[in-house]
Amino acid sequence: MSDRRMAVGNYRNDFLKEVEANVEDGEWVKMCMQCGVCAGSCPLGPYWEHPPQEIFMMIRAGLRDDVLSSESMWMCTSCYNCIVRCPRELPITHIMHGLANYAHRLGLAPKMNPTRRFAKLFWNNIAAGGRANELKLSLGLYFMDGFATGIKKSLQMLPIGLGMLKTRRLNPFGLLAGGNCKDRKGIQAMLKKAKELEDKRKGFA
Amino acid sequence: MTKQYSFYPGCSSETKASAVNYMTSVNAMCKTLGIALNEIPDWNCCGASIGYAEGGELPRHAMNARNIALSEKHNPGQDIVATCAACWLGAKETQRCLQHSRRLLDDTKTALSEAGLGKDYKGEVPIRHMVEVLIEDIGYEALAKPVVKPLTDIKIAGYVGCQTNRPFGVAGESFENPKYLDKLVETVGGEPAKKYDQKVTCCGGALAFSEPEKSQAQIRKIVESAYDHGAEMIVTPCPVCQMNVEIYQDQINARYGTKFHMPVTYYSQLMTVAYGGTAKQAGLDGNIIRAEKLEKIAAKPAK
Repeated sequence: MSDRRMAVGNYRNDFLKEVEANVEDGEWVKMCMQCGVCAGSCPLGPYWEHPPQEIFMMIRAGLRDDVLSSESMWMCTSCYNCIVRCPRELPITHIMHGLANYAHRLGLAPKMNPTRRFAKLFWNNIAAGGRANELKLSLGLYFMDGFATGIKKSLQMLPIGLGMLKTRRLNPFGLLAGGNCKDRKGIQAMLKKAKELEDKRKGFA
Repeated sequence: MTKQYSFYPGCSSETKASAVNYMTSVNAMCKTLGIALNEIPDWNCCGASIGYAEGGELPRHAMNARNIALSEKHNPGQDIVATCAACWLGAKETQRCLQHSRRLLDDTKTALSEAGLGKDYKGEVPIRHMVEVLIEDIGYEALAKPVVKPLTDIKIAGYVGCQTNRPFGVAGESFENPKYLDKLVETVGGEPAKKYDQKVTCCGGALAFSEPEKSQAQIRKIVESAYDHGAEMIVTPCPVCQMNVEIYQDQINARYGTKFHMPVTYYSQLMTVAYGGTAKQAGLDGNIIRAEKLEKIAAKPAK
């Protein structure tokens, strides 16, 4: 049995307990009263296959695969509208982030979801040197599906890129430099340790 | 008298980054107002709103805690001030989470010690957005005093966006209809579009990159409503809002057949111009859709 299967073995048939133990702010899930204000408040609401209140009910019903493989959580723009409007004050944004991260770590998140892929690119971008390198980030996104698609997307975005260059809001030499803190070694060691601790805590290690 | 703050500029404010003109105008504005910004040495990214998916919980908190620890170590006794909404939110969220969980706090400190800061995190310093400093520490009345070129005859839509407004927001403001940008516009002599109904609509944030069609549908509403309420420009306190609402207007025009050409400015640009600063000091050369009315006022001699 792989480590990942071990991690969830303890929670067989009790997905709610698994979420409470391993997902950021998961202990709040049982507080949802199914009013649906979150769904109505979400800017990308119409695109959620299962809106947040449905996700919460599915967790309680033990629909593990349906929840973790859903594209829904990946629609979160982090606008926090659901949090401030929830009458039960559930930290819905954090729970959705937590679920997305958990699904991603388990390898169950939809592979081709663009936000999942961009998020991975973004974190690797900032973790490398401590700060964001915007040129590498944009090009990384355009060339995600190979060279030919990359060229096509870059050309589509060219007018915007040139506008940013002209107004000195993009570094033309960003591939060579930028995005580095002085103590990037210390930051990398810090992040390695943090991941180690979290993996242990959540049963991934 | 000059007030000292520990400054967290954030990635987008760096030279040749997407919000460098925000930084330029903040510097000019702060000089006039006697706000001294002492940069947190070697600060790092906050993880932004998208960092959670790959970064998880603890690594994200470690990133923010490192900035807080560096600030408490090198700029002791000074409030942390961020100009970017995500930087402010990220740092504040980490501070709150570590206050409420002994386990997270201990783990974060263990991680911080790998970067030589294990003993430096206290998490006691107030973490504030620049607009809070303006409104609370200086106040509208004092903000109006240095105005030498009131922005008369410009109607401006105050686009507050999400992350300076939710979940923390600015004290005394509502989540649904915050009014501080309208008040700032009035303070510098402009006319706020008070009935602008998309002022807290999400621009898509990081999803403007990954889900462009869905985000541009949002941006379309934000710009359209500004036009509908007679505004000639939009003003915002957030670098992501500024970029998203400004740079995709041509793509939106192509997709929806609209004819948008709406300048999107920062509050600090309005204030710099009203305080008599040049277009360059206000970073107006950084706007892709030029804010021509502001440029004209900046070029005129003060009365």
